[in-house]
Amino acid sequence: MKQDKIIQIALTIVALSAISSLVLITVFVFKEGLPIILRVGAKDFFLSGDWYPGEGKFGIMNMIIGSLAVTAGAIIIGAVFGLGCAVVLTQFAPRQLVVILKPAIEVLAGIPSVVYGFIGVVVLVPLVREYLGGPGLSILTSSIVLGIMVLPTITSISVDVIQAVPKSYRDGAIALGATRWQTTHMVILKAAKSGILAAFILGMGRAIGETMAVIMVAGNALELPHSILDPVRTLTSNIALEMGYAAGEHRQALFATGVTLFVIIMILNTIALTISRRSAGKAAKK
Amino acid sequence: MTIMVSGHEYSIFFSVCGKAAVYQPQHRSIGFLLLFVFLIFFAGCKDSSDRPVNVIGSTSIQPFAELLAEEFLKINPDETIDVQGGGSTAGIQAIANEIADIGMCSRTLKEEENSVDTAIEIARDGLAVVVHKSNPVNDLTIEQIQMLFSGQIQNWKSLGGNDMPVRLIMREEGSGTREAFIKLVMDKKIVSRKALVQESNGAVKELVRLDPAAVGYMSLGLVGEELKSLHVNGVEPLAEQVKSGKYKLSRPFLFVLKTNSQLRPQAQEFIDFVLSDLGQKILESEGLIRVK
Repeated sequence: MKQDKIIQIALTIVALSAISSLVLITVFVFKEGLPIILRVGAKDFFLSGDWYPGEGKFGIMNMIIGSLAVTAGAIIIGAVFGLGCAVVLTQFAPRQLVVILKPAIEVLAGIPSVVYGFIGVVVLVPLVREYLGGPGLSILTSSIVLGIMVLPTITSISVDVIQAVPKSYRDGAIALGATRWQTTHMVILKAAKSGILAAFILGMGRAIGETMAVIMVAGNALELPHSILDPVRTLTSNIALEMGYAAGEHRQALFATGVTLFVIIMILNTIALTISRRSAGKAAKK
Repeated sequence: MTIMVSGHEYSIFFSVCGKAAVYQPQHRSIGFLLLFVFLIFFAGCKDSSDRPVNVIGSTSIQPFAELLAEEFLKINPDETIDVQGGGSTAGIQAIANEIADIGMCSRTLKEEENSVDTAIEIARDGLAVVVHKSNPVNDLTIEQIQMLFSGQIQNWKSLGGNDMPVRLIMREEGSGTREAFIKLVMDKKIVSRKALVQESNGAVKELVRLDPAAVGYMSLGLVGEELKSLHVNGVEPLAEQVKSGKYKLSRPFLFVLKTNSQLRPQAQEFIDFVLSDLGQKILESEGLIRVK
Protein backbone atom coordinates (compact mmCIF):
# COMPACT_ATOMS: atom_id res chain seq x y z
CA MET A 1 0.00 0.00 0.00
CA LYS A 2 2.99 2.20 0.35
CA GLN A 3 3.37 2.26 -3.38
CA ASP A 4 -0.25 3.36 -3.74
CA LYS A 5 0.34 6.30 -1.49
CA ILE A 6 3.44 7.42 -3.35
CA ILE A 7 1.74 7.28 -6.72
CA GLN A 8 -1.26 9.10 -5.32
CA ILE A 9 0.90 11.92 -4.01
CA ALA A 10 2.94 12.10 -7.21
CA LEU A 11 -0.16 12.32 -9.38
CA THR A 12 -1.68 14.95 -7.13
CA ILE A 13 1.43 17.06 -7.50
CA VAL A 14 1.35 16.70 -11.28
CA ALA A 15 -2.33 17.64 -11.40
CA LEU A 16 -1.85 20.59 -9.12
CA SER A 17 1.09 21.92 -11.08
CA ALA A 18 -0.97 21.83 -14.29
CA ILE A 19 -3.72 23.79 -12.60
CA SER A 20 -1.34 26.17 -10.90
CA SER A 21 0.17 27.10 -14.24
CA LEU A 22 -3.32 28.12 -15.33
CA VAL A 23 -3.72 30.18 -12.18
CA LEU A 24 -0.32 31.78 -12.73
CA ILE A 25 -1.10 32.67 -16.33
CA THR A 26 -4.42 34.18 -15.29
CA VAL A 27 -2.91 36.22 -12.50
CA PHE A 28 -0.07 37.39 -14.71
CA VAL A 29 -2.23 38.41 -17.67
CA PHE A 30 -4.66 40.28 -15.45
CA LYS A 31 -1.90 41.93 -13.44
CA GLU A 32 -0.25 43.19 -16.61
CA GLY A 33 -3.41 44.07 -18.47
CA LEU A 34 -5.89 45.50 -15.98
CA PRO A 35 -4.01 48.66 -14.94
CA ILE A 36 -3.99 50.06 -18.46
CA ILE A 37 -7.73 49.44 -18.87
CA LEU A 38 -8.32 51.36 -15.67
CA ARG A 39 -5.95 54.14 -16.67
CA VAL A 40 -7.31 54.59 -20.19
CA GLY A 41 -10.85 54.08 -18.96
CA ALA A 42 -13.02 51.11 -19.88
CA LYS A 43 -15.06 53.25 -22.24
CA ASP A 44 -12.07 54.47 -24.24
CA PHE A 45 -10.53 51.04 -24.26
CA PHE A 46 -13.51 48.93 -25.29
CA LEU A 47 -15.64 51.43 -27.20
CA SER A 48 -13.10 53.30 -29.29
CA GLY A 49 -11.57 52.19 -32.55
CA ASP A 50 -8.48 54.41 -32.30
CA TRP A 51 -5.52 52.10 -31.91
CA TYR A 52 -2.44 54.31 -32.15
CA PRO A 53 -0.06 52.84 -29.57
CA GLY A 54 2.58 55.44 -30.40
CA GLU A 55 0.28 58.23 -29.26
CA GLY A 56 -1.15 56.44 -26.26
CA LYS A 57 -4.49 55.68 -27.90
CA PHE A 58 -5.59 52.14 -27.15
CA GLY A 59 -9.09 51.50 -28.45
CA ILE A 60 -9.80 47.88 -29.30
CA MET A 61 -13.45 48.08 -30.35
CA ASN A 62 -12.73 47.38 -34.02
CA MET A 63 -10.74 44.31 -33.08
CA ILE A 64 -13.46 42.98 -30.77
CA ILE A 65 -15.89 43.39 -33.63
CA GLY A 66 -13.35 41.80 -35.97
CA SER A 67 -12.90 38.79 -33.70
CA LEU A 68 -16.62 38.33 -33.24
CA ALA A 69 -17.38 38.72 -36.95
CA VAL A 70 -14.73 36.22 -38.01
CA THR A 71 -15.79 33.78 -35.31
CA ALA A 72 -19.46 34.07 -36.18
CA GLY A 73 -18.68 33.41 -39.84
CA ALA A 74 -16.49 30.46 -38.94
CA ILE A 75 -19.12 28.93 -36.71
CA ILE A 76 -21.83 29.25 -39.35
CA ILE A 77 -19.64 27.44 -41.86
CA GLY A 78 -18.33 24.98 -39.29
CA ALA A 79 -21.82 24.27 -37.95
CA VAL A 80 -23.37 23.56 -41.33
CA PHE A 81 -20.56 21.33 -42.55
CA GLY A 82 -19.64 19.82 -39.19
CA LEU A 83 -23.17 18.85 -38.29
CA GLY A 84 -23.72 17.62 -41.83
CA CYS A 85 -20.67 15.37 -41.53
CA ALA A 86 -21.79 14.12 -38.13
CA VAL A 87 -25.28 13.24 -39.36
CA VAL A 88 -23.95 11.44 -42.40
CA LEU A 89 -21.36 9.57 -40.36
CA THR A 90 -23.83 8.39 -37.74
CA GLN A 91 -27.05 7.93 -39.72
CA PHE A 92 -26.53 7.44 -43.40
CA ALA A 93 -23.04 6.36 -44.32
CA PRO A 94 -22.31 2.65 -44.61
CA ARG A 95 -19.79 1.36 -42.11
CA GLN A 96 -16.98 1.01 -44.67
CA LEU A 97 -17.31 4.69 -45.56
CA VAL A 98 -17.33 5.77 -41.91
CA VAL A 99 -14.06 3.94 -41.38
CA ILE A 100 -12.47 6.16 -44.04
CA LEU A 101 -14.34 9.42 -43.46
CA LYS A 102 -14.05 9.76 -39.72
CA PRO A 103 -10.24 9.52 -39.51
CA ALA A 104 -10.00 11.78 -42.56
CA ILE A 105 -11.92 14.52 -40.75
CA GLU A 106 -9.85 13.98 -37.65
CA VAL A 107 -6.68 14.44 -39.69
CA LEU A 108 -7.87 17.99 -40.37
CA ALA A 109 -7.30 18.74 -36.70
CA GLY A 110 -3.66 17.75 -37.00
CA ILE A 111 -2.75 20.09 -39.84
CA PRO A 112 -0.80 23.07 -38.49
CA SER A 113 -2.67 26.36 -38.70
CA VAL A 114 0.06 28.00 -40.75
CA VAL A 115 -0.69 25.50 -43.51
CA TYR A 116 -4.35 26.50 -43.47
CA GLY A 117 -3.31 30.13 -43.61
CA PHE A 118 -0.96 29.51 -46.50
CA ILE A 119 -3.57 27.67 -48.53
CA GLY A 120 -5.95 30.48 -47.71
CA VAL A 121 -3.54 33.10 -49.04
CA VAL A 122 -2.57 31.22 -52.15
CA VAL A 123 -5.91 29.72 -53.17
CA LEU A 124 -8.82 31.38 -51.41
CA VAL A 125 -7.70 35.01 -51.33
CA PRO A 126 -7.28 35.37 -55.12
CA LEU A 127 -10.61 33.63 -55.69
CA VAL A 128 -12.48 35.96 -53.35
CA ARG A 129 -10.73 39.02 -54.79
CA GLU A 130 -11.50 38.03 -58.36
CA TYR A 131 -15.09 36.93 -58.03
CA LEU A 132 -16.44 38.91 -55.09
CA GLY A 133 -14.23 42.02 -55.01
CA GLY A 134 -12.40 43.73 -52.18
CA PRO A 135 -8.82 42.95 -51.25
CA GLY A 136 -9.47 39.23 -50.85
CA LEU A 137 -8.07 39.31 -47.34
CA SER A 138 -11.36 39.60 -45.53
CA ILE A 139 -13.83 38.46 -42.92
CA LEU A 140 -15.24 36.01 -45.45
CA THR A 141 -11.89 34.43 -46.28
CA SER A 142 -10.89 34.06 -42.64
CA SER A 143 -14.33 32.67 -41.79
CA ILE A 144 -13.97 29.99 -44.44
CA VAL A 145 -10.46 29.06 -43.32
CA LEU A 146 -11.49 29.00 -39.65
CA GLY A 147 -14.69 27.16 -40.50
CA ILE A 148 -12.64 24.34 -41.98
CA MET A 149 -10.33 24.42 -38.99
CA VAL A 150 -13.16 23.95 -36.48
CA LEU A 151 -14.80 21.20 -38.54
CA PRO A 152 -13.06 18.32 -36.74
CA THR A 153 -13.96 19.72 -33.31
CA ILE A 154 -17.61 20.13 -34.19
CA THR A 155 -17.86 16.89 -36.13
CA SER A 156 -16.25 14.60 -33.59
CA ILE A 157 -18.15 16.00 -30.60
CA SER A 158 -21.42 15.93 -32.55
CA VAL A 159 -20.78 12.32 -33.58
CA ASP A 160 -20.23 11.42 -29.94
CA VAL A 161 -23.40 13.07 -28.68
CA ILE A 162 -25.49 11.67 -31.52
CA GLN A 163 -24.17 8.19 -30.79
CA ALA A 164 -25.01 8.72 -27.13
CA VAL A 165 -28.72 9.03 -27.98
CA PRO A 166 -30.31 5.78 -26.77
CA LYS A 167 -30.90 3.29 -29.56
CA SER A 168 -34.47 2.81 -28.35
CA TYR A 169 -35.36 6.36 -29.55
CA ARG A 170 -34.33 5.49 -33.06
CA ASP A 171 -35.98 2.09 -33.01
CA GLY A 172 -39.15 3.64 -31.65
CA ALA A 173 -39.29 6.29 -34.36
CA ILE A 174 -38.65 3.78 -37.12
CA ALA A 175 -41.30 1.48 -35.64
CA LEU A 176 -43.78 4.36 -35.80
CA GLY A 177 -43.18 4.56 -39.51
CA ALA A 178 -40.83 7.56 -39.66
CA THR A 179 -38.34 7.66 -42.50
CA ARG A 180 -34.62 7.78 -41.76
CA TRP A 181 -34.45 11.53 -42.26
CA GLN A 182 -37.55 12.13 -40.17
CA THR A 183 -36.04 10.03 -37.40
CA THR A 184 -32.81 11.98 -37.66
CA HIS A 185 -34.13 15.50 -37.50
CA MET A 186 -37.25 14.97 -35.41
CA VAL A 187 -35.91 12.57 -32.81
CA ILE A 188 -32.16 12.13 -32.76
CA LEU A 189 -31.03 15.70 -33.38
CA LYS A 190 -33.66 16.95 -30.92
CA ALA A 191 -32.38 14.56 -28.28
CA ALA A 192 -28.77 15.54 -28.95
CA LYS A 193 -29.51 19.26 -29.24
CA SER A 194 -27.72 20.52 -26.18
CA GLY A 195 -24.65 18.40 -26.84
CA ILE A 196 -24.45 19.72 -30.39
CA LEU A 197 -24.77 23.26 -29.09
CA ALA A 198 -21.87 22.61 -26.76
CA ALA A 199 -19.89 21.35 -29.76
CA PHE A 200 -20.56 24.63 -31.58
CA ILE A 201 -19.43 26.64 -28.59
CA LEU A 202 -16.23 24.66 -28.22
CA GLY A 203 -15.60 25.19 -31.92
CA MET A 204 -16.23 28.88 -31.37
CA GLY A 205 -13.63 28.93 -28.63
CA ARG A 206 -11.12 27.41 -31.00
CA ALA A 207 -12.00 29.88 -33.78
CA ILE A 208 -11.74 32.97 -31.61
CA GLY A 209 -8.37 31.90 -30.25
CA GLU A 210 -6.81 31.00 -33.60
CA THR A 211 -4.01 33.36 -34.54
CA MET A 212 -1.59 32.31 -37.23
CA ALA A 213 -4.05 31.46 -39.99
CA VAL A 214 -6.04 34.60 -39.24
CA ILE A 215 -3.02 36.87 -39.45
CA MET A 216 -2.34 35.48 -42.88
CA VAL A 217 -5.82 35.82 -44.36
CA ALA A 218 -7.65 38.56 -42.44
CA GLY A 219 -5.65 41.53 -43.70
CA ASN A 220 -5.19 42.99 -40.21
CA ALA A 221 -6.41 46.48 -41.14
CA LEU A 222 -7.49 48.65 -38.21
CA GLU A 223 -10.53 50.12 -39.94
CA LEU A 224 -14.00 49.09 -38.83
CA PRO A 225 -15.28 46.60 -41.42
CA HIS A 226 -18.40 47.52 -43.38
CA SER A 227 -18.98 44.29 -45.23
CA ILE A 228 -17.78 40.72 -45.07
CA LEU A 229 -15.36 41.52 -47.89
CA ASP A 230 -13.49 44.07 -45.78
CA PRO A 231 -10.29 43.19 -43.96
CA VAL A 232 -10.27 43.05 -40.16
CA ARG A 233 -7.83 42.70 -37.33
CA THR A 234 -8.76 40.25 -34.60
CA LEU A 235 -7.75 40.43 -30.93
CA THR A 236 -5.36 37.52 -31.30
CA SER A 237 -3.65 38.85 -34.40
CA ASN A 238 -3.23 42.23 -32.74
CA ILE A 239 -1.32 40.61 -29.90
CA ALA A 240 0.78 38.43 -32.18
CA LEU A 241 1.57 41.21 -34.65
CA GLU A 242 2.77 43.72 -32.10
CA MET A 243 4.02 41.63 -29.16
CA GLY A 244 7.46 41.21 -30.66
CA TYR A 245 8.51 44.72 -30.05
CA ALA A 246 5.95 46.41 -27.79
CA ALA A 247 7.19 48.01 -24.60
CA GLY A 248 5.71 49.94 -21.68
CA GLU A 249 2.09 50.99 -22.03
CA HIS A 250 1.80 49.40 -25.44
CA ARG A 251 2.82 46.05 -24.00
CA GLN A 252 0.30 46.43 -21.21
CA ALA A 253 -2.37 47.30 -23.74
CA LEU A 254 -1.61 44.05 -25.57
CA PHE A 255 -1.99 42.19 -22.29
CA ALA A 256 -5.28 44.01 -21.83
CA THR A 257 -6.26 42.75 -25.27
CA GLY A 258 -5.40 39.32 -23.92
CA VAL A 259 -7.58 39.94 -20.85
CA THR A 260 -10.50 40.78 -23.15
CA LEU A 261 -9.94 37.61 -25.13
CA PHE A 262 -9.61 35.63 -21.92
CA VAL A 263 -12.94 36.90 -20.62
CA ILE A 264 -14.69 36.21 -23.94
CA ILE A 265 -13.34 32.65 -24.04
CA MET A 266 -14.23 32.09 -20.36
CA ILE A 267 -17.80 33.16 -21.06
CA LEU A 268 -17.99 30.79 -24.04
CA ASN A 269 -16.58 27.88 -22.04
CA THR A 270 -18.92 28.51 -19.14
CA ILE A 271 -21.88 28.48 -21.50
CA ALA A 272 -20.63 25.25 -23.08
CA LEU A 273 -20.13 23.62 -19.68
CA THR A 274 -23.54 24.69 -18.41
CA ILE A 275 -25.24 23.37 -21.50
CA SER A 276 -23.47 20.04 -21.50
CA ARG A 277 -24.04 19.63 -17.77
CA ARG A 278 -27.69 20.37 -18.19
CA SER A 279 -27.96 17.78 -20.94
CA ALA A 280 -26.06 15.26 -18.82
CA GLY A 281 -28.47 15.94 -15.96
CA LYS A 282 -31.43 15.42 -18.27
CA ALA A 283 -30.04 12.18 -19.55
CA ALA A 284 -29.46 10.96 -16.01
CA LYS A 285 -33.06 11.68 -15.07
CA LYS A 286 -34.36 9.63 -17.96
CA MET B 1 17.91 19.00 -12.40
CA THR B 2 18.28 22.52 -13.55
CA ILE B 3 18.12 23.75 -17.07
CA MET B 4 21.58 24.24 -18.45
CA VAL B 5 22.30 27.85 -19.13
CA SER B 6 25.82 29.00 -18.54
CA GLY B 7 29.25 27.56 -19.09
CA HIS B 8 29.68 26.66 -15.39
CA GLU B 9 26.86 24.21 -15.42
CA TYR B 10 28.25 22.43 -18.43
CA SER B 11 31.30 21.36 -16.48
CA ILE B 12 29.12 19.94 -13.70
CA PHE B 13 27.24 17.92 -16.22
CA PHE B 14 30.43 16.63 -17.69
CA SER B 15 31.24 15.03 -14.37
CA VAL B 16 27.76 13.56 -14.05
CA CYS B 17 28.10 12.21 -17.54
CA GLY B 18 31.35 10.54 -16.62
CA LYS B 19 29.76 8.73 -13.67
CA ALA B 20 26.84 7.55 -15.68
CA ALA B 21 29.18 6.13 -18.27
CA VAL B 22 31.23 3.96 -15.90
CA TYR B 23 28.31 2.68 -13.83
CA GLN B 24 27.51 -1.00 -14.39
CA PRO B 25 23.77 -1.49 -14.05
CA GLN B 26 22.33 -4.65 -12.42
CA HIS B 27 18.92 -4.57 -14.02
CA ARG B 28 18.18 -4.08 -17.62
CA SER B 29 15.52 -1.41 -17.02
CA ILE B 30 17.87 0.61 -14.86
CA GLY B 31 20.42 0.27 -17.62
CA PHE B 32 18.04 1.73 -20.13
CA LEU B 33 17.06 4.46 -17.76
CA LEU B 34 20.68 5.40 -17.20
CA LEU B 35 21.39 5.26 -20.90
CA PHE B 36 18.48 7.63 -21.42
CA VAL B 37 19.68 9.96 -18.69
CA PHE B 38 23.18 9.74 -20.10
CA LEU B 39 21.94 10.66 -23.56
CA ILE B 40 20.02 13.62 -22.21
CA PHE B 41 23.06 14.82 -20.32
CA PHE B 42 25.21 14.16 -23.32
CA ALA B 43 22.95 16.39 -25.38
CA GLY B 44 23.71 19.14 -22.92
CA CYS B 45 27.42 18.31 -22.72
CA LYS B 46 28.43 20.52 -25.53
CA ASP B 47 31.10 23.09 -25.31
CA SER B 48 29.55 26.54 -25.58
CA SER B 49 32.06 27.51 -28.24
CA ASP B 50 30.44 24.94 -30.57
CA ARG B 51 27.13 26.73 -30.34
CA PRO B 52 26.10 28.09 -33.74
CA VAL B 53 26.41 31.78 -34.35
CA ASN B 54 22.88 33.12 -34.04
CA VAL B 55 21.95 35.94 -36.36
CA ILE B 56 18.43 37.18 -35.64
CA GLY B 57 16.35 40.12 -36.81
CA SER B 58 15.02 41.95 -39.83
CA THR B 59 13.24 39.82 -42.40
CA SER B 60 14.54 42.25 -45.02
CA ILE B 61 18.16 41.38 -44.27
CA GLN B 62 17.45 37.71 -43.58
CA PRO B 63 17.67 36.41 -47.17
CA PHE B 64 20.94 38.26 -47.72
CA ALA B 65 22.34 37.05 -44.42
CA GLU B 66 21.37 33.49 -45.33
CA LEU B 67 23.20 33.82 -48.60
CA LEU B 68 26.24 35.26 -46.85
CA ALA B 69 26.15 32.47 -44.27
CA GLU B 70 26.07 29.90 -47.06
CA GLU B 71 29.12 31.42 -48.72
CA PHE B 72 30.86 31.78 -45.37
CA LEU B 73 30.31 28.08 -44.63
CA LYS B 74 31.86 27.14 -47.95
CA ILE B 75 35.07 28.75 -46.73
CA ASN B 76 34.71 27.65 -43.09
CA PRO B 77 32.90 24.32 -43.23
CA ASP B 78 33.40 23.62 -39.51
CA GLU B 79 31.25 26.45 -38.30
CA THR B 80 27.51 26.83 -38.11
CA ILE B 81 25.48 29.96 -38.53
CA ASP B 82 21.79 30.16 -37.76
CA VAL B 83 19.95 32.98 -39.48
CA GLN B 84 16.46 33.76 -38.20
CA GLY B 85 13.88 36.43 -38.97
CA GLY B 86 11.52 38.07 -36.52
CA GLY B 87 11.89 41.73 -37.34
CA SER B 88 14.40 44.47 -36.60
CA THR B 89 13.13 45.21 -33.12
CA ALA B 90 12.94 41.53 -32.25
CA GLY B 91 16.57 41.23 -33.35
CA ILE B 92 17.65 44.03 -31.05
CA GLN B 93 15.75 42.44 -28.19
CA ALA B 94 17.38 39.13 -29.01
CA ILE B 95 20.87 40.53 -28.55
CA ALA B 96 19.79 42.29 -25.37
CA ASN B 97 18.61 38.92 -24.03
CA GLU B 98 21.77 37.26 -25.36
CA ILE B 99 19.80 34.89 -27.53
CA ALA B 100 21.53 36.19 -30.61
CA ASP B 101 25.18 36.96 -31.26
CA ILE B 102 24.33 39.39 -34.00
CA GLY B 103 21.11 41.32 -34.49
CA MET B 104 19.94 42.42 -37.90
CA CYS B 105 18.28 45.79 -38.13
CA SER B 106 16.99 47.48 -41.27
CA ARG B 107 16.55 50.98 -39.87
CA THR B 108 18.67 53.43 -37.95
CA LEU B 109 18.95 52.67 -34.23
CA LYS B 110 16.75 54.59 -31.86
CA GLU B 111 18.32 56.71 -29.15
CA GLU B 112 17.71 54.27 -26.32
CA GLU B 113 19.08 51.44 -28.45
CA ASN B 114 22.13 53.43 -29.42
CA SER B 115 23.26 53.72 -25.83
CA VAL B 116 23.61 49.94 -25.33
CA ASP B 117 24.21 48.67 -28.84
CA THR B 118 26.80 49.15 -31.53
CA ALA B 119 25.72 49.12 -35.14
CA ILE B 120 27.87 48.02 -38.05
CA GLU B 121 26.56 49.07 -41.42
CA ILE B 122 26.93 46.11 -43.79
CA ALA B 123 25.16 47.63 -46.79
CA ARG B 124 22.69 50.27 -47.84
CA ASP B 125 19.36 49.42 -49.30
CA GLY B 126 16.81 51.27 -51.38
CA LEU B 127 13.17 51.07 -50.42
CA ALA B 128 11.08 50.28 -53.49
CA VAL B 129 7.45 51.27 -53.76
CA VAL B 130 5.87 48.35 -55.57
CA VAL B 131 2.66 47.89 -57.54
CA HIS B 132 1.10 45.22 -59.73
CA LYS B 133 2.66 44.70 -63.19
CA SER B 134 -0.49 45.88 -64.90
CA ASN B 135 -0.65 49.20 -63.05
CA PRO B 136 -0.04 52.03 -65.56
CA VAL B 137 1.32 54.42 -62.92
CA ASN B 138 5.09 54.73 -63.31
CA ASP B 139 6.31 57.68 -61.35
CA LEU B 140 5.24 59.27 -58.08
CA THR B 141 6.66 62.02 -55.92
CA ILE B 142 7.29 61.39 -52.23
CA GLU B 143 4.33 63.69 -51.48
CA GLN B 144 2.05 61.58 -53.66
CA ILE B 145 3.19 58.41 -51.92
CA GLN B 146 2.53 60.11 -48.62
CA MET B 147 -0.98 61.08 -49.76
CA LEU B 148 -1.58 57.51 -50.89
CA PHE B 149 -0.60 55.95 -47.58
CA SER B 150 -2.31 58.56 -45.42
CA GLY B 151 -5.55 57.84 -47.26
CA GLN B 152 -5.91 61.21 -49.01
CA ILE B 153 -5.75 59.59 -52.44
CA GLN B 154 -8.14 56.67 -52.54
CA ASN B 155 -8.38 55.91 -56.24
CA TRP B 156 -5.63 55.21 -58.74
CA LYS B 157 -7.48 57.40 -61.24
CA SER B 158 -6.29 60.59 -59.55
CA LEU B 159 -2.70 59.47 -60.14
CA GLY B 160 -3.33 58.68 -63.79
CA GLY B 161 -4.04 55.02 -63.24
CA ASN B 162 -7.08 52.84 -63.78
CA ASP B 163 -10.34 53.54 -61.96
CA MET B 164 -9.64 51.30 -58.98
CA PRO B 165 -9.61 51.84 -55.23
CA VAL B 166 -6.08 51.95 -53.81
CA ARG B 167 -5.19 48.98 -51.64
CA LEU B 168 -2.46 49.92 -49.20
CA ILE B 169 -0.19 47.27 -47.80
CA MET B 170 1.88 48.09 -44.75
CA ARG B 171 4.26 46.02 -42.71
CA GLU B 172 3.59 45.25 -39.05
CA GLU B 173 4.67 47.46 -36.14
CA GLY B 174 8.26 46.77 -35.20
CA SER B 175 9.31 46.02 -38.77
CA GLY B 176 12.42 47.92 -39.82
CA THR B 177 11.02 48.34 -43.30
CA ARG B 178 7.88 49.91 -41.90
CA GLU B 179 9.80 52.25 -39.66
CA ALA B 180 12.17 53.24 -42.43
CA PHE B 181 9.22 53.89 -44.73
CA ILE B 182 7.40 56.00 -42.15
CA LYS B 183 10.51 58.00 -41.46
CA LEU B 184 11.35 58.55 -45.11
CA VAL B 185 7.87 59.11 -46.50
CA MET B 186 5.16 59.75 -43.94
CA ASP B 187 6.68 62.76 -42.16
CA LYS B 188 4.44 62.66 -39.03
CA LYS B 189 1.33 61.88 -41.11
CA ILE B 190 -0.69 58.95 -39.79
CA VAL B 191 -0.98 55.85 -41.95
CA SER B 192 -4.53 55.15 -43.10
CA ARG B 193 -6.40 52.65 -40.99
CA LYS B 194 -7.57 50.97 -44.16
CA ALA B 195 -4.06 49.72 -44.81
CA LEU B 196 -3.65 45.96 -44.75
CA VAL B 197 -0.89 44.78 -42.45
CA GLN B 198 1.34 41.91 -43.48
CA GLU B 199 4.02 40.24 -41.42
CA SER B 200 6.80 39.71 -43.92
CA ASN B 201 8.27 40.86 -47.20
CA GLY B 202 7.13 37.59 -48.70
CA ALA B 203 3.52 38.22 -47.74
CA VAL B 204 3.61 41.76 -49.15
CA LYS B 205 5.12 40.44 -52.36
CA GLU B 206 2.49 37.72 -52.68
CA LEU B 207 -0.31 40.26 -52.27
CA VAL B 208 1.04 42.86 -54.65
CA ARG B 209 1.86 40.21 -57.23
CA LEU B 210 -1.77 39.13 -57.39
CA ASP B 211 -3.73 42.31 -56.70
CA PRO B 212 -3.89 44.92 -59.51
CA ALA B 213 -4.93 47.64 -57.04
CA ALA B 214 -2.27 47.05 -54.39
CA VAL B 215 0.65 49.23 -53.44
CA GLY B 216 3.30 48.23 -50.94
CA TYR B 217 6.96 48.73 -50.24
CA MET B 218 9.96 46.52 -49.70
CA SER B 219 13.68 46.25 -50.00
CA LEU B 220 14.93 47.01 -53.48
CA GLY B 221 16.88 43.76 -53.59
CA LEU B 222 13.76 41.67 -52.98
CA VAL B 223 11.47 43.11 -55.64
CA GLY B 224 12.27 40.60 -58.38
CA GLU B 225 10.65 40.31 -61.77
CA GLU B 226 7.07 39.80 -60.69
CA LEU B 227 6.41 43.26 -59.33
CA LYS B 228 6.77 46.74 -60.74
CA SER B 229 8.67 49.25 -58.68
CA LEU B 230 7.76 52.90 -59.15
CA HIS B 231 10.13 55.74 -59.95
CA VAL B 232 10.26 58.17 -57.05
CA ASN B 233 10.60 61.87 -57.85
CA GLY B 234 11.46 60.80 -61.40
CA VAL B 235 14.40 58.63 -60.34
CA GLU B 236 14.45 54.96 -61.22
CA PRO B 237 14.97 52.72 -58.18
CA LEU B 238 18.36 51.25 -59.02
CA ALA B 239 21.32 50.49 -56.82
CA GLU B 240 23.44 53.13 -58.61
CA GLN B 241 20.82 55.79 -58.01
CA VAL B 242 20.67 54.91 -54.32
CA LYS B 243 24.44 55.09 -54.15
CA SER B 244 24.58 58.48 -55.82
CA GLY B 245 21.90 59.73 -53.45
CA LYS B 246 19.45 60.62 -56.21
CA TYR B 247 16.96 57.97 -55.15
CA LYS B 248 15.72 59.31 -51.85
CA LEU B 249 14.21 56.26 -50.20
CA SER B 250 17.25 54.53 -48.76
CA ARG B 251 18.15 53.06 -45.41
CA PRO B 252 21.03 51.23 -43.78
CA PHE B 253 21.25 47.49 -43.24
CA LEU B 254 22.86 47.01 -39.86
CA PHE B 255 24.45 44.24 -37.87
CA VAL B 256 23.86 45.16 -34.24
CA LEU B 257 26.07 44.05 -31.37
CA LYS B 258 25.83 44.55 -27.65
CA THR B 259 28.35 47.24 -26.79
CA ASN B 260 29.76 45.83 -23.57
CA SER B 261 29.87 42.13 -24.15
CA GLN B 262 32.59 40.05 -25.72
CA LEU B 263 31.82 38.88 -29.23
CA ARG B 264 32.60 35.22 -29.84
CA PRO B 265 35.42 34.71 -32.37
CA GLN B 266 33.17 32.84 -34.81
CA ALA B 267 30.72 35.72 -34.86
CA GLN B 268 33.59 38.14 -35.42
CA GLU B 269 34.82 36.01 -38.32
CA PHE B 270 31.39 36.13 -39.90
CA ILE B 271 31.22 39.90 -39.58
CA ASP B 272 34.70 40.21 -41.06
CA PHE B 273 33.58 38.03 -43.95
CA VAL B 274 30.51 40.17 -44.57
CA LEU B 275 32.62 43.32 -44.65
CA SER B 276 35.31 41.72 -46.80
CA ASP B 277 35.49 42.39 -50.51
CA LEU B 278 33.90 39.01 -51.27
CA GLY B 279 31.04 39.54 -48.84
CA GLN B 280 30.37 42.99 -50.16
CA LYS B 281 30.47 41.72 -53.74
CA ILE B 282 27.81 39.14 -52.88
CA LEU B 283 25.60 41.86 -51.41
CA GLU B 284 26.18 44.05 -54.44
CA SER B 285 25.25 41.30 -56.85
CA GLU B 286 21.98 40.92 -54.94
CA GLY B 287 21.05 44.52 -55.59
CA LEU B 288 22.29 46.16 -52.39
CA ILE B 289 24.77 49.01 -52.16
CA ARG B 290 28.16 48.13 -50.74
CA VAL B 291 29.60 50.20 -47.94
CA LYS B 292 33.27 49.23 -48.24
